[in-house]
Amino acid sequence: MPKKTLLRVSNIDTFYGGFQALWNVSLEVKPQEIVALIGANGSGKSTLLDTISGLIRSAKGGIEFEGKSITTLDPFQIVALGISQVPEGRRVFPDLSVLDNLILGSYNPKARPKKEQNFKIVYELFPILEERKNQLAKTLSGGEQQMLALGRGLMSNPKLMLLDEMSLGLAPIVINNVYKALRKIRERGITILLVEQNVRRSLDEADRAYIMEAGRVVLNGNVADLREEEEVKKAYFGI
Amino acid sequence: MTLEFLGDLSTPIMMGILLGGLYALIALGLSLVFGVMKLINVAHGDLVLFSSYFAYAAMTMLGIDPILSLVIGMPLLFVMGFAIQKYLLSRAFAISMEAPLIIAFGISLTLQNFQQIIWSPMSRGLTTSYALVSFGVGGTRVPLAYLLDFIAALIVMFSLREFLSRTYLGKAINAASQDRRAAQLMGINTGRMYALAFAISMATAALAGVFLGLTFPFTPQSGVSFLIIAFGVVIIGGLGSMVGTFIGGMVLGLAQTLGGYFLGCAAQMLIAYGMVLIVLAVRPQGIFGR
Repeated sequence: MPKKTLLRVSNIDTFYGGFQALWNVSLEVKPQEIVALIGANGSGKSTLLDTISGLIRSAKGGIEFEGKSITTLDPFQIVALGISQVPEGRRVFPDLSVLDNLILGSYNPKARPKKEQNFKIVYELFPILEERKNQLAKTLSGGEQQMLALGRGLMSNPKLMLLDEMSLGLAPIVINNVYKALRKIRERGITILLVEQNVRRSLDEADRAYIMEAGRVVLNGNVADLREEEEVKKAYFGI
Repeated sequence: MTLEFLGDLSTPIMMGILLGGLYALIALGLSLVFGVMKLINVAHGDLVLFSSYFAYAAMTMLGIDPILSLVIGMPLLFVMGFAIQKYLLSRAFAISMEAPLIIAFGISLTLQNFQQIIWSPMSRGLTTSYALVSFGVGGTRVPLAYLLDFIAALIVMFSLREFLSRTYLGKAINAASQDRRAAQLMGINTGRMYALAFAISMATAALAGVFLGLTFPFTPQSGVSFLIIAFGVVIIGGLGSMVGTFIGGMVLGLAQTLGGYFLGCAAQMLIAYGMVLIVLAVRPQGIFGR
């Protein structure tokens, strides 16, 4: 039985100042999938995530979440519906403690009553955060900050997580840990839309992928099929 | 000889610390807005004065005690602050960092002239029975109003600090000031947080205006001189730090009274601003700045 769609992006155009960053982009994410968004720097992946999160408005087209339009909602309303973005560069609040960073993750009114329960989940996933809860976020290592950013995102009680360049700037062993956590997050029934420059890695983890070039989706499909595509091989695996 | 000299010094030290309380009270709101929005609210002094005149009107027309009038004055300025940020400044922030500064400047000039028209340039004061009382501490006469200033500053400083570090709302304001984009992604309505921060700053300005009026006479032009003092306080203490601002008030107050003691009245503000320059040269982020 085909599952219904959780997130549907339909034919959106997005502008950055006077510059068009997305051209007629469509995408679908079904419940409990991991979908990867791959493409070169500047191909529009992050802009697409920001448009979904409501940080940028699309000029054309629409975005639906659980069947309801979120195209014109503000970011804080979109978070409350259950879409949580973990931004590129982690962007933890540097001068707040680890604990306060996590508490702020549960700021939206729907997540607040589930705060204690979500704390347990986050601390189970990343015990280091509990150990360091009274430290300022800026004193954490890069890997720990990425865990904090993920934990903070989980505190908002999401149905869908948008993960932007999780492994950027991290050591390979740390990247493995982050991806281990990603699988556990998925086991909790949370759907994931993943943006990565690390194409091999994201194709290993994802069920389906969308390939973007110059603001357009040029290819999409199951990961296994995409690997066989000549273009993908040439562009990303150097074969 | 030496002992006598120290004995005399107790008066300017005591007065400097208490006067610093008033300076800190005025500066706390300025510091909050700067910390959260990176805006130097040049209208802050005139908004403080607006509250002084509001209390003056309540006292002379309705016979309401100035401190009691804060029951209306504080919510009034809170709402004004919310509206100023939401309808005037937030649009300007979307244009550039300089645009809101110009708007604040416009608010400052508008208020000054408004107060000039209604109250004339004549000097006024919130003259109450207790404003004139003084009491003795170890041979020093201390005006009660100075002590009230100090206590009010202490209360406002602690309340702001606790609010910002302990409540959901306070943390969210903090988060919005550290990283606006990340705060939005946490589900925080950042626009509302800025409006709230400005509103809280104005509520403290309402308090400051009343205590200022109990302590000193004021004219429609006084806002500017108190803005400059508050600015000095914030520079010394470190922008955005509540405890720093409080200590900064003491430092500036002490520099002024001790400067006056050693070099005569004419030199007191010279020493105070000399202090600001020294801090800027040695520790530009302020004593408590990060």
